[in-house]
Amino acid sequence: MSDALTNPADVASEHKAVTTFAMPLTALLGVILGYVGGQAASMPLIGVIVGAILGAAFAYVSGMVLEHNRTMGRWGAIALCGALGLIAGGFGGLVGGAIIGAILSWAAYWLTSGDYRRGVPIYSTPGQVLWHNSFLFICGFIFFFLIAPILTIIPLSFNAENFFTFTPEMLRLDPAGYSLKHYQDFFNSSDWQLAMRNSLIIAPFATIIAVTLGTIAAIGLSQSHIPGRQAIMAIMISPMIVPLIISATGMFFFYSAMGNWLEDNLGFSQEMTGYIKVILAHAALGIPFVIITVTATLVGFDRSLTRASANLGAGPVKTFFKVQMPLILPGVISGGLFAFITSFDEVVVVLFVGAAAQKTLPWQMFIGLREQISPTILAVATILVTFSVILLITLELLRRRSERLRGMTPG
Amino acid sequence: MKTNRILMATSALVAGTTAVWAAGHVEMADSMTLVSWGGAYQSSQQKAYLEPYLEMNPEISATWDESSPQAVARMRAMYEADNVTWDLVDVVASDAIRLCDEGLAMEVDHDEILAPAPDGTPASEDFGDLIVSDCFIPQIVYSTTAAYRTDVEAWNGETPSDICALFDLETFPGTRTLERRPINNLEWALICDGVAQEDVYDVLETQEGQDRAFAKLDEIKDETIWWSSAAESIQSMADGEAVIGSSYNGRFFSAIVEQDQPIAMLWDAQVFDLDGWIIPADLPDDRLARVLDFVYFATDTQRLADQAAYISYGPARASSAPLVGDHAELGVAMAPHMPTNPANATNPFVYNYTWWADYRDDLDAKFQAWLAQ
Repeated sequence: MSDALTNPADVASEHKAVTTFAMPLTALLGVILGYVGGQAASMPLIGVIVGAILGAAFAYVSGMVLEHNRTMGRWGAIALCGALGLIAGGFGGLVGGAIIGAILSWAAYWLTSGDYRRGVPIYSTPGQVLWHNSFLFICGFIFFFLIAPILTIIPLSFNAENFFTFTPEMLRLDPAGYSLKHYQDFFNSSDWQLAMRNSLIIAPFATIIAVTLGTIAAIGLSQSHIPGRQAIMAIMISPMIVPLIISATGMFFFYSAMGNWLEDNLGFSQEMTGYIKVILAHAALGIPFVIITVTATLVGFDRSLTRASANLGAGPVKTFFKVQMPLILPGVISGGLFAFITSFDEVVVVLFVGAAAQKTLPWQMFIGLREQISPTILAVATILVTFSVILLITLELLRRRSERLRGMTPG
Repeated sequence: MKTNRILMATSALVAGTTAVWAAGHVEMADSMTLVSWGGAYQSSQQKAYLEPYLEMNPEISATWDESSPQAVARMRAMYEADNVTWDLVDVVASDAIRLCDEGLAMEVDHDEILAPAPDGTPASEDFGDLIVSDCFIPQIVYSTTAAYRTDVEAWNGETPSDICALFDLETFPGTRTLERRPINNLEWALICDGVAQEDVYDVLETQEGQDRAFAKLDEIKDETIWWSSAAESIQSMADGEAVIGSSYNGRFFSAIVEQDQPIAMLWDAQVFDLDGWIIPADLPDDRLARVLDFVYFATDTQRLADQAAYISYGPARASSAPLVGDHAELGVAMAPHMPTNPANATNPFVYNYTWWADYRDDLDAKFQAWLAQ
């Protein structure tokens, strides 16, 4: 559009596009954001009016005045909205206003500069352009709704009060509204430390059992000569399909009887049998995940490799570890991860099967939510989220590294 | 088959030697599982009884299970599966009566297992009327009462002065929070519908009386959040979601005094109730010995008075009352915050256990049906 500026007719049509297309849309966005911002400062009506005016004004400025100086236009908008927010709501208002300014000015430039057509071929109809952008927005919203609930717990975990509440001090970004006391609670409370230790005992053992048994089962079930394969498979993955509360009730009575037998006949302590019961129950829940992932990788496994290996004189065990295992390892590892997470996140079965001495982190969080509603739960949740993110990033980096070493490109 | 037989033979041998060895003296178990209510109340028990006890017996490990709200159902399931993992359970008086009737709680001789008062008064006299069941070892007197937020602009400076503010949407608009059960709510509804306190249970016995109570509750149903655990009511009042509601007085104390929330108590028509321990029936000898040792310590005069330094519930022993002092951390005098303090107990509502024991199941069902309408 820039080199067309000399033509007065083009300037006029551009003017029309800005006033009839971009300005109403940004004004509408301004109304929504103004309402949200105004609500926070308890004057929604003023927010709506100011938002509409600012939205329209930004579109005009970005389309007609500062269209080649995007940096200045955007910073100007951010500064203006931030200043308005500062007047309306102090430091918190400044931050909120600056964010609104950034969104509004981005929308203004996006609409006036024609960036919204960038992803579609030049010959697309307006309908196709609209669909393309709606699609991107829907994806953005899905992403937002997946992530936002997890992100809200992070600031709340630094709350200085004992409630799940964004206090006025927190909204003003006043340091007095924040504290680390819930993290101290977590590290100083013997209940939470017991729960943490139990989770770190139960989940790895349950994973090892689930991975071993699940992998063997998957390999066995992939042999075509096994009779009743479908039926066996259905039984093996039933813990995944039967509602958990039903499995848990059944497990409660089954494992109670087993625990009593172990205590009476083998002289195990009550604590020891408690752990055995929960580990076995969690392993049973994890096995279906391992079977499914390993079965999926076995589909692409070439059976002639095992025959070649046997032909070269390797026994079945050696063949398994040297030939088959390296090839199905990705399936085994992801199955193991699922089994680990299943055990680590599980609350229903452990509430039924375990005693208080085996309480895991989810048990403690669940009970804490019911009886206490203390932000310590959020502190733990934040730690767990950070831990999972680090774990997944590490795994991904290791995977890329090993693929690079094996001469593949990461994909 | 063969392995089975060997296993059984070995276990019989092990069991035999254990029995011979145990006959000499009863060894105390070195771990115990205590069941309580979580929150401020459980931490008062932790600080007043358990921490001192663990200091005296460092080899013991104790675990809390915050399952008291489900104690009756969980204990039934445990006995059915023959897998009792609890050693000492904190329950309200009516649950203790039920568990005792069903034979799931152990009957105790209070004078034999509990410490006498420092002046030698036997435990049964020191606890007096509060021993409402042979299985029940009382700890505290608490009350279910109402409180309100002090910063509600829509009330134009009016503050609630009696329980009927709960039902007065015109003067005190805003969301209420009440317990998700008929007890207390039906009584309060009738009182605010003009029934005299002493006639409440007579009226509530009749179908018309019940309809009348539910009709009164209908007035505020759309404006009410129903809580199942006391923490929920405090949470919703602390973040301003609800402006007036009911909870246990100790939870309100913790929100008001310890957490500095803008909430004030409305002691009018508070309902007293008791809370205490029961010991599950038929515990193995070593675990029973440990629990009895702990209970003897945890319910003596000094320990019950100590608990009152952490939460505003009245100690169940008469001999503990003079020992109640200041809050352990904040130094405020606890007596003015006790539900039994004369200034607070000007108009308590007398809760009828036996009436509720008869009508509980019926009214529970009606209440749940009414909620679902």
